[in-house]
Amino acid sequence: MRRRFNLIAPLLCLLLTVCVVDAAIAVDALVLEAEQQRVATIERISAPTIAIFNDEGNNGGSGVLIRPNGLAVTNFHVVEGLGPFMKCGLNDGNVYEAVIIGIDPTGDVALVQLLGRDDFPAAEVGDSDAVRMGDWVYVVGNPFLLATDFTPTVTYGIVSGTHRYQYPAKTLLEYTDCIQVDASINPGNSGGPLFNADGQLIGINGRASFEKRGRVNIGAGYAISINQVMHFLDHLHSGRIVDHATLGATVTSESDGSVTVDQILPQSEAYRRGLRRGDEIVSFAGRPIGSVNQFKNILGIFPDGWKRPLVYRRDGEKHEIMVRLRPLHSRSELVPAKPKMPHFHKPEGDSPDDEESPERPMPDIPPGHPLAHLFKQTRIPEEYAELYEEREGFANYRFNRVARERIYDEIDRLGEFPAGSWKVAGVTSENVPFQFQLNDEVIALTMGQESFLQNVGEAFRDEPPVSGGLLAAMHHFRLMLIDPEERFTEFYYVGSEPLDGDGEKVDVLIATRGSTTSRWYFRQSDSTFIGYDTEIEPDTDACEVRIVEWQAIESLTFPAVISVRHLGEQVGEMTIESFSVKEATP
Amino acid sequence: MTNRPILMLRTVGLLILLASGVCRPLFAQSTRETIDVVLPRVVKIFGAGGVANLEAYGSGFLISSDGHLVTVWSHVLDADVVTVVLDDGRRFEAELLGAEPTLELAVLKIDAEGLPHFDLSQATEAGPGSRVLAFSNVFQVAVGDEPVSVLHGVIAATEPLSARSGRYDVSYDGPVYVVDAVTNNSGAAGGVLTTRDGLLLGMIGRQLNDSESNTRLNYSIPIMELTSTIRQIQTGDFSRNRDDLSSEVANNFDAIDFGIVLVPDVVERTPAYIDVVLDDSQAESEGLLPDDLIVFANNRLVHSCQAFEAELGQLQPADDLTVVVRRDGALVTVTLTAPRTLPQR
Repeated sequence: MRRRFNLIAPLLCLLLTVCVVDAAIAVDALVLEAEQQRVATIERISAPTIAIFNDEGNNGGSGVLIRPNGLAVTNFHVVEGLGPFMKCGLNDGNVYEAVIIGIDPTGDVALVQLLGRDDFPAAEVGDSDAVRMGDWVYVVGNPFLLATDFTPTVTYGIVSGTHRYQYPAKTLLEYTDCIQVDASINPGNSGGPLFNADGQLIGINGRASFEKRGRVNIGAGYAISINQVMHFLDHLHSGRIVDHATLGATVTSESDGSVTVDQILPQSEAYRRGLRRGDEIVSFAGRPIGSVNQFKNILGIFPDGWKRPLVYRRDGEKHEIMVRLRPLHSRSELVPAKPKMPHFHKPEGDSPDDEESPERPMPDIPPGHPLAHLFKQTRIPEEYAELYEEREGFANYRFNRVARERIYDEIDRLGEFPAGSWKVAGVTSENVPFQFQLNDEVIALTMGQESFLQNVGEAFRDEPPVSGGLLAAMHHFRLMLIDPEERFTEFYYVGSEPLDGDGEKVDVLIATRGSTTSRWYFRQSDSTFIGYDTEIEPDTDACEVRIVEWQAIESLTFPAVISVRHLGEQVGEMTIESFSVKEATP
Repeated sequence: MTNRPILMLRTVGLLILLASGVCRPLFAQSTRETIDVVLPRVVKIFGAGGVANLEAYGSGFLISSDGHLVTVWSHVLDADVVTVVLDDGRRFEAELLGAEPTLELAVLKIDAEGLPHFDLSQATEAGPGSRVLAFSNVFQVAVGDEPVSVLHGVIAATEPLSARSGRYDVSYDGPVYVVDAVTNNSGAAGGVLTTRDGLLLGMIGRQLNDSESNTRLNYSIPIMELTSTIRQIQTGDFSRNRDDLSSEVANNFDAIDFGIVLVPDVVERTPAYIDVVLDDSQAESEGLLPDDLIVFANNRLVHSCQAFEAELGQLQPADDLTVVVRRDGALVTVTLTAPRTLPQR
């Protein structure tokens, strides 16, 4: 009896199973379609996702390709300590050499260049400001080094929060305006991509709340918004150690929920534009301000030097100002005493149990790991050695030099400007004749009955008054045309910014001599040189020169009409009728 | 003519739709919409804590337009001022209307009107396999008018709770929803578990470990278990409050069993200062001194002599008792062991 029963039971089970399976087969077509879409999306977003290692296949994390030429974004804390060259694995199973380009230690972002191809699979970049709570997202990357063939791990979840602010974790590092997700982010996911349901790149995963249960996901991971990364992209491409910004003012929240200025630096541009302690911040960079976090969120997503609009309220009256953001850190804070970039100093005391500390790169690959053989190579690959140039303040100076030379080419082709005494003459829009005389000792301007003089050896003054220092600006213009590398003490590529805060995107070169600095603007769409700002001293309002028209004078190209502005207002337009150079007599 | 039955069907369908809309609001069509509906009904709560791994923040949810809200009964409420921050950033001081520790439940009231809230009569139930959302002030990620966090998951089981908090068994042993998402983190307790269309299912519980496996549980207490008590507290019919809780708890040990004499308990919240340390006692050999102020016992905040005695009352024979005292501005930690036998009284 017993035996027979035992036979019947499995049969019954089988029958039941068949029934259940039958029922399960009737899946809604929409569900199957959604599944197919996910499968296709995952295939698409896996290709640009990369695994990053050092030469020995150690440390490492994840990253994502954003251009077919091999530009890839990752976390600063992933490349930190890897050296200038690293290895990147793609899901095609290949390992590529890569070189560091630029780093942003505050925002925890790094830009690297993968080498050896010009047809890398690149992710489609989305708009992180369009992300909403509840949106489905994919986290793709290399957690715990699970895949030996670089097939990335994909976790799926929803957006738990947007515009999150995460306090600095004992270091410079600060996560602002980030995206919180419940898809698993684990050690090794750092630097990898966050994609929306359409497979568009919306963030760079970099941080998670770990707290009491060890360093594994507990339902709260954070991604740097891709819009922030894109604001910094050209800055990172400059090969520099990029800084973040401050307004020069701190804010505090009042009991009624408003946010007001708590302290303000008198030398900040915000102060010069009229912002004072106690003023209520209404909006910043076009976003309304309802909390201190929101203010910090907005500050965190823009590079220093960008101009951003700010609306404040005093005595019930609103004021709108445009403010150039100041560097958040001093140079020595960003560049450690031994500037072996990107061998950046590791933050100390970062124990694994720290709540919400930035995750560290994954542990070393144990000996005998199937991947270990891939990484037995020399530190600097000979064929690519020229792609890295060490210099203080830079992650990789080569990229700055190349960009600067490319951009300066626009000025180079204006002609061969001799170093003698320049005479520039013409008439202002008010029909007043003017004449500049410029040489290495003195700058002189006669305008109608008036004349202005500035010795080059002395501190520059605001001459003519309320121009911001047009004489200094013309002096810098002459140096720029003659030989900027020789004539300026510092001359480098900054990155890009919207011109005057709300204009077209321009590439920016910076040239400094003494305490006077000029920023030179080149329209990104067609590389045209369109003008520059000269600050005679740090923290003064610049003389802004915009070139309205060009003209040919013999073999040279020279401005025909320039607009001179100060404090955002035009102070004059000058039509140049003649330009001549008297060669210097020995 | 042939269209008529179809028309009728449509009308009936429309009526059903309307009717269902009346008795059970179809909150939302998409997850985004559900989130928009639920967020203003969830609040952030700030109170006691901030030391010794105890967070000073939690979550709660509104159940009436005039400011009744439900949260978990926890140390966060053990503060002179408990602050509730609404989704729109408004801040209120909350009054504790009542609590039922055996249900992990507390009901608070803020002085406000016209608030969006969950209607308890429309709360629902769900079984394993149901897709859910969890809303809470987890990790205090959100402040001011920033929205709380949302996680997604699936109900994995509906089982009676058998859990421990530290060394103590948790008194609630009713059913809970166990979910596959990591819902129970710092600050999440008092948040809500909802269906995908925003109907209230349960309250996210404190961080507890399963009694048998000692692993962290991700669970919520079904709202149906709490509704009648919430109603009683709300209407003032609930007899129990925090003052008579002590009569319910065990009274296994006294301070004297460790060689400690506290200062006379003269006011409602007499600070737990040590008055005398008995000679040759455990307290003496471990270095406790007169005038030490006891601030923690086994990781729980000790705000009064009564609270300290209550902690001792729950100890089992041979249990460890870790005491943190404040002495000359510094914190000193001392570990004592309860006697092996219960004292004869």
